[in-house]
Amino acid sequence: MGRTALILGIGNMLWADEGFGVRCVEDLAATLQFGPEVTVLDGGTQGLYLLPFLEAADIMVVFDAVDYGLPAGTLKVVEGQDVPAFMGAKKMSLHQTGFQDVIATATLMGYCPEEVVLIGVQPVELEDYGGSLRPAVAAQVAPAIAIARDWLAARGIHAVPGRTHSIDLADPALRRDVYEGERPSQTLACRSGDARFFPAD
Amino acid sequence: MAVQTPNGFQLDNSGKRIVVDPVTRIEGHMRCEVNVDENGVIRNAVSTGTMWRGLEVIVKGRDPRDAWAFVERICGVCTGTHALTSVRAVEDALGITIPDNANSIRNMMQLALQMHDHIVHFYHLHALDWVNPINALKADPKATSELQQMVSPSHPLSSPGYFRDVQNRLKKFVESGQLGLFKNGYWDNPAYLLPPEADLMATTHYLEALDLQKDIVKIHAIFGGKNPHPNWLVGGVPCPINVHSTGAVGAINMERLNLVSSIIERTQEFNRNVYIPDVKAIGGFYKNWLYGGGLASQACLAYGDIPENPSDFSPDQLHMPRGAIINGDLSTVHEVDNRDPDQIQEFVDHSWYTYGEPGRGLHPWDGETEPQYELGPNAKGTRTNIEELDEAAKYSWIKAPRWKGHAMEVGPLARYIIGYAKGHEVIKDQVDGLLRDMDLPFDALFSTLGRTAARALESEYCGDLQKHFFDKMIANIRNGDESTANIEKWDPSTWPKEAKGVGMTEAPRGALGHWIRIKDGRIENYQCVVPTTWNGSPRDAQGNIGAYEASLLGTPMARPEEPVELLRTLHSFDPCLACSTHVMAPDGAELTRVKVR
Repeated sequence: MGRTALILGIGNMLWADEGFGVRCVEDLAATLQFGPEVTVLDGGTQGLYLLPFLEAADIMVVFDAVDYGLPAGTLKVVEGQDVPAFMGAKKMSLHQTGFQDVIATATLMGYCPEEVVLIGVQPVELEDYGGSLRPAVAAQVAPAIAIARDWLAARGIHAVPGRTHSIDLADPALRRDVYEGERPSQTLACRSGDARFFPAD
Repeated sequence: MAVQTPNGFQLDNSGKRIVVDPVTRIEGHMRCEVNVDENGVIRNAVSTGTMWRGLEVIVKGRDPRDAWAFVERICGVCTGTHALTSVRAVEDALGITIPDNANSIRNMMQLALQMHDHIVHFYHLHALDWVNPINALKADPKATSELQQMVSPSHPLSSPGYFRDVQNRLKKFVESGQLGLFKNGYWDNPAYLLPPEADLMATTHYLEALDLQKDIVKIHAIFGGKNPHPNWLVGGVPCPINVHSTGAVGAINMERLNLVSSIIERTQEFNRNVYIPDVKAIGGFYKNWLYGGGLASQACLAYGDIPENPSDFSPDQLHMPRGAIINGDLSTVHEVDNRDPDQIQEFVDHSWYTYGEPGRGLHPWDGETEPQYELGPNAKGTRTNIEELDEAAKYSWIKAPRWKGHAMEVGPLARYIIGYAKGHEVIKDQVDGLLRDMDLPFDALFSTLGRTAARALESEYCGDLQKHFFDKMIANIRNGDESTANIEKWDPSTWPKEAKGVGMTEAPRGALGHWIRIKDGRIENYQCVVPTTWNGSPRDAQGNIGAYEASLLGTPMARPEEPVELLRTLHSFDPCLACSTHVMAPDGAELTRVKVR
């Protein structure tokens, strides 16, 4: 068997654009068919729980919302050694320490995939608890998936239109259409976030 | 000005103010402000949750059978515990009794989570408050090997060559300079007391624990279908058992059960041969550092968990004890009733919410989450960039839960004190044995070290309980019972028009409760009181301080601008706000800010 790949979405779907990574893998699994050498995983905000997946993979694609300091909704691709430094620059996403540490730990243990690409989007809004992707971020899901597809194809891992079955995706009750469709209104459920204690710079 | 709190603590906020922000930063944000006197001793402590967290409101109107999937996303650390608490709340509301196998499987999953959390907390989050991995580079591998054989003769990994290899690997990692996991501590602070050999031994076990933790969570993947985010089911567990044939994909067969059995044994060995000996060895060097007890000697609360029989939460049926201790009286353990509107109440006088009138407490079934953000007159800074809080006014996004009006500590130490006071045989033997081996008096338990030790003892107990439920399930299967779900009340048409229930667990970091109201088949109200709400509680209207705040008082800091001692104690609670004290920017700058005012 050739090289194995992990396609990982991370972030907390409950915090608006923080859900970008998880929604990317959800849509990717619903539109592209990969072979058995590929694992598609909703990593949520998990830390060390993800180590076995990194260990099993030769190459890895990570989708995440990243504060690059770029205009909101911008996609940016970072590879290799640069990935950890970019995860959660400045105003940190809720899980960034977790995933930075996962990569560092995987490196320490010799588990880290040989090639890593981070496909990140500059979030519009993180401080909306119970909210969902903002339009500018949602519009980047399909382009992000295309980047992942091409990056993998260049490494000999090809997809065709279709679906990839994965048990490692979110429960159906959390799928984006259900999540948004059954969401209580903002008058019923205050969702405003709290940036008051974030570093001022 | 010096004041006496009703729960017996002296507060004096006249000294230098030190702000540590964030103390932790994964599942919420936590900040701590303390005043120290001229000797660097903490005389006033203010703990605050700095993030709005309206998790209850997002499940309103949804299907109660789906609530577990949402609450599993609240937290990146105790996903499974929230899910378990949620399905228990719904089952309680609807009067569902789960099958015996489901009870055993849920217990094994909950115990796996407890041990995973305890071990990861100790080795990967809390150890760096005691252990100095940089100092480990100076260790003599031969002397480390001798130390290892002395503290744990049964642990096979103990040769000088093994420690030399680890040391070289560590050296390479530190020198590579990329993202050092260990790069951002206060490594020359005199608060670190271990000799290099103990540092190397503990750092080596850090690596061994990393390997082990991958195995522990396989139990979640086996019984929950996947991990992270295992599947749960109202009425039982979603995995069928089929030991007599190859069975459906995903069914529990003998091969998987054998894997579970071997993981349980490996975890038990690690607890016995590594974790407990390490706590004793490291603790031995810190025997004179018995700060951090706080509320532990005064007021402890546990809901209890790990029921022997399905859906039976009566106190004598729980392997993890339930009870409340108040006023420091260990001779009486009070029974706790989570349905009684007068026992558990939340107050918001010092929290950024409103209950309409001052001093009003609400039982979680009647809980409200109505924000009211305002700073007190003595706060410094602006509304969007607070430099210093005014603890006389509202100062936290965390509510103040109270049991019959008392601020309580929850968590492993609270559970162990309650278990000890109740005469729980296993707990009593473990505690007495540890104190004897370390030559420490009973009161030493009321400390940061005691909290850390209780977690290790509990991990050992959890391993044994896991074995018990594994054997129980196997015996049950042998008797022909393969049932794992009770779906009699799956269809909402079988439900009453209105129902309310409570789910309780002991999460790794303490008592966790979810209160649900169901109306016309949908969630009408959902309230979670999480362990960190108890421990991280702000003051109440009477001025009683919470567990974090109490634990810091009286602690001397060698260098107040490097608050190792403060972090050590707060981390000993395993704050659910997670434990990432050291947050890095891309340029390597430390983003945890410590400000001395």
